[in-house]
Amino acid sequence: MSTLVIAEHDNTSVKPATLNAVAAAQQLDTEVDILVVGGDCAAAATAAAAIPGIGKVLCADNAVYAHQLAENVSLLIAEVAAAYDNIIAPATTAGKNTIPRVAALLDVAQISDIISVESADTFTRPIYAGNVIATVQSSDVKKVITVRTTAFAGVAAEGGSAAVEAVTSVHDAGISSFVGEEVAVSDRPELTAASVVISGGRGMQNGDNFKLLEGIADKLGAAIGASRAAVDAGFVPNDYQVGQTGKIVAPDLYIAVGISGAIQHSAGMKDSKVIVAINKDEDAPIFQVADYGLVADLFTALPEFEAAL
Amino acid sequence: MKALVAVKRVVDYNVKVRAKADGSDVELNNVKMAINPFCEIAVEEAVRLKEAGTVTEIVVVSVGNKSSQEQIRTALALGADRGIHIEVDGRPEPLEIAKLLKGVVDKEQPDLVILGKQSIDGDNNQTGQMLGALTGMPQGTFASEVKIDGDMLSVIREVDGGLQTLKLSMPAIVTTDLRLNEPRYASLPNIMKAKKKPLDVMSPADMGIEVKIHITQLSVAPPPERAAGIKVEDVAQLVDKLKNEAKVIS
Repeated sequence: MSTLVIAEHDNTSVKPATLNAVAAAQQLDTEVDILVVGGDCAAAATAAAAIPGIGKVLCADNAVYAHQLAENVSLLIAEVAAAYDNIIAPATTAGKNTIPRVAALLDVAQISDIISVESADTFTRPIYAGNVIATVQSSDVKKVITVRTTAFAGVAAEGGSAAVEAVTSVHDAGISSFVGEEVAVSDRPELTAASVVISGGRGMQNGDNFKLLEGIADKLGAAIGASRAAVDAGFVPNDYQVGQTGKIVAPDLYIAVGISGAIQHSAGMKDSKVIVAINKDEDAPIFQVADYGLVADLFTALPEFEAAL
Repeated sequence: MKALVAVKRVVDYNVKVRAKADGSDVELNNVKMAINPFCEIAVEEAVRLKEAGTVTEIVVVSVGNKSSQEQIRTALALGADRGIHIEVDGRPEPLEIAKLLKGVVDKEQPDLVILGKQSIDGDNNQTGQMLGALTGMPQGTFASEVKIDGDMLSVIREVDGGLQTLKLSMPAIVTTDLRLNEPRYASLPNIMKAKKKPLDVMSPADMGIEVKIHITQLSVAPPPERAAGIKVEDVAQLVDKLKNEAKVIS
């Protein structure tokens, strides 16, 4: 058996999500290779080669892959996949965008967002917004899988020295092009990688009040998140959203402020080490998952909390 | 310009789904069903493009059991022009749904196909992308803004860490994210009118497609519960606990 992990990277470095995907792959198989697809991505391939326990790193470095357009990248991955039994990628927006195309090109199902490997063909994954965990068995010869990164502790990033092999195939579907991106510029850590996350919900009442979270986030080095209700209400952009349809996070400390705790939300954060809930409704379901609950009006509790840090 | 919109019948957003006691499946008896919220956003986007004059016809398609016609009627009441129901019992997998949708695309030749990014039952997030691969169309997934510019489509996408803008040649596929629009409610006159709009029913066999099974659900279980913790009295106690008991802040 052989397994290929599709690296999550930015052409210069390998993102931590890759390490989680490798961890899942290694539960499935002893022979794991990594594919880095990008443009000017030699540095990312070198970084991937330092991950211990890897067979080799395949590097497809071409301008047509620079922005990882799904139309082009999926054609390449499907070609490289011919030699592998399992194709595994992290369930990031990049993985979710590209991997289903790969599965369809290979005429196999994709098993999305797995949270455990039970055997070579059996996995568990959350469905119905995380209300239910399904155990599923694949009958496809080739398995295409995306991995919920928070469910697999990442492998070490350094210590290995795998060989890097160039893949020279060029697939340019010629039907899509990259125009630009607006990456939220912030001194704060990325939501999915932060060790502390503080999120606001509908109880914040408006977008301005999210400023109350900022001072605390600065003091704790935290990322700021939000519930779907807060995004729906237009308080903050969708990339703040923590939950089954947003980002899945598992920081050391998660602070939920003015969030009632719908399963949609808790499915996205319940693997956090310590959960704090601040809510004025003592019956809010969020208290059922919180290690420390504070029943209080957030507008008085937040300034006090910031001052006490 | 013709738009094809795919909609799925799912358990209503407000229903808390539970695993059956014997773990064989989820409990779906007598639960309220509805159009998948992301699909509703897809319908709304097509209707807005029609109102703006860029789209001239909206065809809505659903793959599912007979009751899926209710969701097609809902989409017709929201502004779609005609419906196609591909009647399939059971729960067809995303790849098989994509194959059936490809059959509809081949026949209807739409310029634009809009789908929800994921359905809130299976949470797979696959069908639009798979349809893209099968038809060779480009895709703008997790879209928060869609603009048609001649025969090109400009899509702003929600990606990890921000927004990405792509230009796609049409025909193209869009999958919707939350912020794309806020769907309207169907008015009573429109609900009545929708009953008279044309709705074709087809079977996979009519399209020459055999629906296959790739994945078997062996069992379902409730998610592991987190033990509830304690309530603290005030902010001072909270900070003390975080520092000295949980040791997550210093």
